Amino acid sequence: MKIAVMATCLGDALFPQAVQATVQLLQRLGHTVLFPPGQTCCGQMHVNTGYLREAVPVVRHHVEVFGPVAEGTWDAVVAPSGSCTGSVRHQHAVVARRAGDERLAERAEAVAARTFELSELLVDVLGVSDVGAYYPHRVTYHPTCHSLRMLRVGDKPLQLLRAVRGLELVDLPDAEVCCGFGGTFAVKNSDTSTAMLADKMRNVLDTRAEVCTAGDSSCLMHIGGGLGRLRTGVRTVHLAEILASTEATQTPAAAGSPGGVRDEPVEAQR
Amino acid sequence: MSAREEVLARLRAARDAGAPREAPAPVPRTYRRTGAHAPGSPAVLDLLTERVEDYRARVLRVATDGEVAAAVARCLAEAGSQRLVVPADLPAPWRAGFGGRSVLEDSALAPASVEQLDGVDTVVTASAVAVAETGTVVLAAGAPGQGRRALSLVPDHHVCVVRGEGVVASVPEGLARLDPGAPLTFVSGPSATSDIELDRVEGVHGPRRLDVVLVG
Amino acid sequence: MSTTDLGMPAVRDDSRDTGLPTHSPAGQGHLRGTTSFPRAARTELADTQLRRNLGKATGIIRAKRAGVVAELEDWEDLRLAGSAIKADVMARLPELLEQLEENVTARGGTVHWARDAEEANRIVTELVRATGADEVVKVKSMATQETGLNEALEAAGIAAWETDLAELIVQLGHDTPSHILVPAIHRNRSEIREIFLREMPDVDPALSDDPRALAMAARAHLRRKFLSARVAVSGANFAVADTGTLAVVESEGNGRMCLTLPRTLITLMGVEKLVPTWSDLEVFLQLLPRSSTGERMNPYTSTWTGVTPGDGPQEFHLVLLDNGRSAVLADPDGRAALHCIRCSACLNVCPVYERVGGHAYGSVYPGPIGAVLTPMLTGISGADDPNASLPYASSLCGACFDACPVRIDIPNLLVQQRAASVESHTRPTAQDLAMKAAAVAMTSAGRFRAAEKGLGLGRLLAGREGRITSLPWPASVVASHWTGARDVPAPPAETARQWWERTGGGA
Repeated sequence: MKIAVMATCLGDALFPQAVQATVQLLQRLGHTVLFPPGQTCCGQMHVNTGYLREAVPVVRHHVEVFGPVAEGTWDAVVAPSGSCTGSVRHQHAVVARRAGDERLAERAEAVAARTFELSELLVDVLGVSDVGAYYPHRVTYHPTCHSLRMLRVGDKPLQLLRAVRGLELVDLPDAEVCCGFGGTFAVKNSDTSTAMLADKMRNVLDTRAEVCTAGDSSCLMHIGGGLGRLRTGVRTVHLAEILASTEATQTPAAAGSPGGVRDEPVEAQR
Repeated sequence: MSAREEVLARLRAARDAGAPREAPAPVPRTYRRTGAHAPGSPAVLDLLTERVEDYRARVLRVATDGEVAAAVARCLAEAGSQRLVVPADLPAPWRAGFGGRSVLEDSALAPASVEQLDGVDTVVTASAVAVAETGTVVLAAGAPGQGRRALSLVPDHHVCVVRGEGVVASVPEGLARLDPGAPLTFVSGPSATSDIELDRVEGVHGPRRLDVVLVG
Repeated sequence: MSTTDLGMPAVRDDSRDTGLPTHSPAGQGHLRGTTSFPRAARTELADTQLRRNLGKATGIIRAKRAGVVAELEDWEDLRLAGSAIKADVMARLPELLEQLEENVTARGGTVHWARDAEEANRIVTELVRATGADEVVKVKSMATQETGLNEALEAAGIAAWETDLAELIVQLGHDTPSHILVPAIHRNRSEIREIFLREMPDVDPALSDDPRALAMAARAHLRRKFLSARVAVSGANFAVADTGTLAVVESEGNGRMCLTLPRTLITLMGVEKLVPTWSDLEVFLQLLPRSSTGERMNPYTSTWTGVTPGDGPQEFHLVLLDNGRSAVLADPDGRAALHCIRCSACLNVCPVYERVGGHAYGSVYPGPIGAVLTPMLTGISGADDPNASLPYASSLCGACFDACPVRIDIPNLLVQQRAASVESHTRPTAQDLAMKAAAVAMTSAGRFRAAEKGLGLGRLLAGREGRITSLPWPASVVASHWTGARDVPAPPAETARQWWERTGGGA
């Protein structure tokens, strides 16, 4: 299959490991992966903060860049993010219609129909749940809200994780509860967000896992940022990195991970 | 403009302005309109028993109408009831177990006062319909043996006779048998509250003790 | 005032008669707090007792709800039907209200109409005065909370006695409700015991904090009131247009007492609480109890139609309330908020509500549904309006939609109301400028790359404290609000784009 990777702005700028892992995993499975150079951002931040008008050109740009998937030039678009996939699938057409642009809405729907979150692509489209990965660690999985309740990925990520050799999967208590990220929510309502994060961290620590994984770098940035601040010794690793990992590769743990965080509080660096 | 005209004008303008882009689809009635068990079937009576008991109400099963009096007598004896109130048209055979207790007869034409009702221990009524899945008994005010609403409310102990043929499995079947023209009271267990730490406590303002005598 | 790009209809903010959809007038009732949600939340979050009380109570109710919902194989069908019935109600609301009025009137009731909270309170006060009574017993009612009826009655020298246990706790505690179903959910048993000991004149000084004992104390406290009350005021859960029947769903029997024993009954109801036909109740009487108290059925549901000679109140008044509902109805997406049946399932599953409680919302409607319904009823007057912050009181996690028995797409409505909040700005805020700049960067890979490159993380973090900097995502989240509790990811040596350009996707 010819698969375009949608890096997402966050993955591009701050978590390239997850994007690289997505690419390498799909290549290992025998697919052709390409990186549309024009890509920027899905516009979810604008939409979720209430800037629906300002989101229109961002959506239009995304639809232009990923338009070839609607024509069949590419077979699929994959994003290592439930949230950004959710935005493409559930927000783009809404934004376009609200602006009265029916043509854009229809085109956005055509792109969305062939855009998948990584676990969806693997399990539903490619029909694989054992991707041949090796990851000898104790891992707990946090189902991110948008993958769980917007995309309804269900247990697909767990199917994939259960097939990873060497991986000890432990259930996360209250797994389905939001970690408190919510994009600008974490900034606008930082106190409430922190309270939610505290409970999520407590549950992660209760599992005694070494690694907390998820399908969204954004939520992992949040959970990992909290776990790191408290020096808990638990790291966050994107699902794609675990699935890309084999006996032959250095594990993300050894290579440094998204959970790797600054040693100094940020204020100290002003 | 009167408030009526103004509010209706606002709502008409709003209804049109906010009309969805697509016409609303007809209501999908794909939910169950009938339950798994036929009305009055042994299975539906078993289910009702289980569900009423879940509310910590008591169910006494009797086979025939003739055994109701004895079951009622047992309920009264166990509750220590001395003073009773009944709708004037409560079937006579059911009263056979009242013994020497004082019995207040109530009807719309000769209603007992609230103070009188507050002075009795137990009310005995019939019922209109029962819904097994939810453990609900429905009283229709003024219907035979069911009395005024206050009767089954003020006394602290309610003995309710449910005939098997009046037991349906599901809520839709139950509502279909009821005429909303009369005041209806749906009773699912004794009065209860979950207002303190969402911890359920049975028995607040309504009858704190509910006994269901199920016939069939 | 909210407008969309499609040109929303004119929605008015004043209450002159124009026949146009109108927001709830400012300064009336209890739909607006005094501080923004984040500020109010900060105070509530510091209350450790509150956190514990809420966490425990919502945990219990979530488990109960999940259990009884799982029992019904046709739960999703019921949700779909409930949603469709309510959509149909909205499409025919004026006609159905006229039908309801006709049927209530035919059965001996009197129907009144109220444009707003003050008018509703005035109507009820005058009706009570006409009976000569100086006190009323009340069934828990969100509509009367919304209008501030108790205060209005008090100002007129009429005492209003709340009879629902949780409302009683709130009233005796000189407190405000914090939950739609359980207004005293923020209080635990020992706090309730203290309130009862302090406020109930005849209470046993040895009262324990056992919930049963507390419930019995409430029973004793209210019994005389019930038996002697001449006037009751209630809300309504449902009104059936084709029969004129009203329904009140409750647990304790206080509702039955109020609906049955007094001579006069006054019911205040929002215009949206209609269902078209009697048989439509078969859907809602399954959805509501399982969603709200997590029971197969609530202990008592009372239905009545007008006046029944010889049984119950011989005088019945129904007051139909607009108070901003016409403005909600005028919004094609937003009108779904009027489908709400006030079950509070969305509160109980909301991670924000669970930690902050209801008071921070400033409105009688807290939680996810309150965060959309409140600003829709009142409109958003500008960036400083406390209600402008409500749509942001959510991480958009979506748990509310899954729990909603009538499938209100609350996350979508939150986003729509965020747009309304943004569009209420009369002058661009710092955030407005940042978002516009970000949109420019995000519509060109070249500009986006430049933005990424230009942002050494050090610069990126240099934004002023507490302010979203004018830098594109993801820089914007890395403001000091973030770093208060979270570390910042180490910047990668190269972006994914740079990696691809360097390697073409090879390792």
